[in-house]
Amino acid sequence: MIGDALLVLIVITACAVVRVKNLFAATVLLGVYSLLMALTWTNMDAYDVAFTEAAVGAGISTILLVGALILTGNRTEGSREKERPGVNWFALLAVTLLGIALAYGVHDVPFGDPTAPTYTGVARYYTQEPIVDAHVPNMVTVTLASYRGYDTMFETAVIFTAGAGLILLLRREEGSDSALEGPPGLQAPPRRDA
Amino acid sequence: MNEPRPRPHVVENVVLTKLATLLIPFILIYGVYVQVHGDFGPGGGFQAGVILASAYILYALVHGVDHAQRMLPRAITDRTAALGVVIYAGVGVVTLLKGGYFLDYDLLDPEHTQHAQEWGMFLVESGVGLTVASVMATIFNEIAEQ
Repeated sequence: MIGDALLVLIVITACAVVRVKNLFAATVLLGVYSLLMALTWTNMDAYDVAFTEAAVGAGISTILLVGALILTGNRTEGSREKERPGVNWFALLAVTLLGIALAYGVHDVPFGDPTAPTYTGVARYYTQEPIVDAHVPNMVTVTLASYRGYDTMFETAVIFTAGAGLILLLRREEGSDSALEGPPGLQAPPRRDA
Repeated sequence: MNEPRPRPHVVENVVLTKLATLLIPFILIYGVYVQVHGDFGPGGGFQAGVILASAYILYALVHGVDHAQRMLPRAITDRTAALGVVIYAGVGVVTLLKGGYFLDYDLLDPEHTQHAQEWGMFLVESGVGLTVASVMATIFNEIAEQ
C-alpha cells in the first residue's frame, strides 16, 4: 500500500524532472526522487541500499549538480524560443510499445517467491554460511566485502580512477599563471540568472 | 593573483555559519560510526565515505573552499584516495603471501577464521571509506575551483 503510493509519487517526480524548465528546480526534484527511492528501499527492507541512495543520490549528487549549475547557469538551452517542441509520434509509439512489453514481462518475474531460482542457488549458501552469525550479522556487508571481494575492490579502483581523471582534467596547477587563467575556451561562461 | 579572489557564494549569515559548524563534529562521528558498524548494521565503507565527505563539503560551503583546503590540503586527499585502494589490495596481497588466495580473509588468522573474516572485512571497508571520502571531497573541490 505505502509502496504503491511511493511508486506513484516516484513516477510523478520523474515526469516533473523532465518537464520542468528551471534546472535548479529539476536538480531539487532529482533529490526528492532519490529520497522517495530511499523510502521505497526502506519499505522493501533493503536498508543498505536505502542508505546509499539517501547519501549519494539525495546528498552528494544534488550538491555536485548545484555546483555544476553555478558554473553553467540555470536554464536549458533554447528554453525561451521553443517552449513546446512538437510531439514526435514515432518516438511516442516506440516507448509506448516498449512500456507495454516491459509491463507484460514483469508478470513473469517471481517477486518474493522463495522457490525462485535466485533464492535456491548461491543465495541460500551465502545466507547460511557460518560467517553470517554473531561476527558479521549484516549479510550485505558479508556479500560485498567477502564473497564479492574482487568486485568491491575494483569498484573502489573505479572510484579512484574517476577522481584521478577529474584531477587530470580540471586541476589548475598553482604557480603558473597561464594555467590558472586557463585558455579562453575552457573558462566558465558568465553566470546567467533566470 | 596575490590577493585571493572574492568568493561571492561564501555564506555570511552568522546563524547558518555557526549552526553548520556545530553540526560538523556530529556528522563526522556518525560517518565513523557507519564505517566501523557496517558489519552489524546498515552501512559500510561507501556510505561512511560519502557522509565524511559531506562534512567537508558543508565546511567548505559555509567557510569557503580556500579555507577548507587549508584545513584539508589537496595533497592529503590525493594521497588518501590512492591509499584506500592500496589498503584494500594490500589485504589481498597479505593473504597471498600467507599462502592463500587473493582476498581469502581466512588466512589472516587461520585459527579463528570467523574472526579473520571480520578483520578482513573491516580492513577492506576502511580502504573503501578512505577512497570514497577523498574522491568525493576532490570532486567537490575541483568543481568549486572552476
